[in-house]
Amino acid sequence: MANKYANLCIAVTGLNANDNPGPGMAVIRCLKECFRDGLRIIGLSYESLEPGIYLRDQVNKTYQLPYPTEGTAALVERLAYINGQEKLDLIIPNFDSELFNFIKIAPQLQQMGIATYLPTHQQLALRDKVNLKNFGTKNGFYVPADHKLYTTDDIKKAADEFNFPMVIKGKFYDAYVVYTMDQALKAFHQLYAAWGVPIIAQQYIKGNEINISALGDGNGYNISLVAMRKLYITDKGKAWAGVTIKDDKLTQLADNFARASNWKGGYEIEVMSDAEGHLYILEINPRFPAWVYLTAAAGQNQPVALAKIAMGEGVEPYADYQAGKLFVRYSWDHIADIADFQQISAFGEL
Amino acid sequence: MKLKSNIATSENGFIFNPATGDSFSGNGMAAQLLEAMKSGKTEDDIKQDILSRYEVSESQLNSDWDNWMLQLKEANLLEI
Repeated sequence: MANKYANLCIAVTGLNANDNPGPGMAVIRCLKECFRDGLRIIGLSYESLEPGIYLRDQVNKTYQLPYPTEGTAALVERLAYINGQEKLDLIIPNFDSELFNFIKIAPQLQQMGIATYLPTHQQLALRDKVNLKNFGTKNGFYVPADHKLYTTDDIKKAADEFNFPMVIKGKFYDAYVVYTMDQALKAFHQLYAAWGVPIIAQQYIKGNEINISALGDGNGYNISLVAMRKLYITDKGKAWAGVTIKDDKLTQLADNFARASNWKGGYEIEVMSDAEGHLYILEINPRFPAWVYLTAAAGQNQPVALAKIAMGEGVEPYADYQAGKLFVRYSWDHIADIADFQQISAFGEL
Repeated sequence: MKLKSNIATSENGFIFNPATGDSFSGNGMAAQLLEAMKSGKTEDDIKQDILSRYEVSESQLNSDWDNWMLQLKEANLLEI
């Protein structure tokens, strides 16, 4: 029987495998594990020093994309060019900040013959940090109380309600646990400069940090979910080591989210389990996490499931995965030639 | 008091709770006790076995056993 995935070409963003890593390289690793030599990976980058650009054994060719702020017309134009060169089968976007545009242009991509598997704009909005508390209240989820901060005066109101420590979060990325007003002000200004307003002040919940990586089918069910307890956390709050865990309460939480949102595509729920065993949702990220390879290692290769569904194949929901699978991230000095840097910087392709 | 059924243990005393991700290292004695508890032996059976194999008084064993149970409870490894 002919292998329908023999000449597959999949484009992936999020090649920034740095200390605050994008999921791209982990997604690629998952895809290669299944599709092997029949797969051509096209990297889509925004900056010239995203490590994945230079990992040529993982990424066959990389093209730079216009920043999301340049709008959808520029994105469509660029992707049309890339598609002309590569004939893409599927694009898997992995940045929160680019998703709005990719969702908007998904019908145009489909006309070009490029599949996607993305949530709707409405789904994207309901789990936005700004809306998460309301979503939680409406659907019976524990979500820490929050305040939207637009000016430094708003910080005092939040501190009066939450006391210290509290968490100051950027609209798209970054979060700081702050213990004093000075630290809160510093975090506010840093996040204002990086991501604009609103900035979110969130009640600090003490407990164990657990993340769930999942794939929703768009009809209220999860095709896959794998939970991971963070074992080593960087100063940016990222898991540098973690272990898969299995608990019915976590499964129920993700299933309830899928049901409440009809989520379509990959997503990650960041959870804090407090001393009473309450599962507080800290964030819901609208794409796979950087640790998504652990889902494959535990028996549920979520990016492959997404790819197959996006390309029209029926995929049965996974039933089980292995608890006790550990990941330990590491850093590695990859060597490239300055000519490669020049090539991607000057011509936007490598 | 029963050990939670999903708790994973190894011969060298390593304990992993797959529901929480907590892990613990125990000594050889802990490994033996966990093995006995997992095999379904009763508290009395386990204590009798220890008394027959080690030079320990019954009162000392009871005290140590209570302490062991307390540790397992604090580690969230016992059925409620």
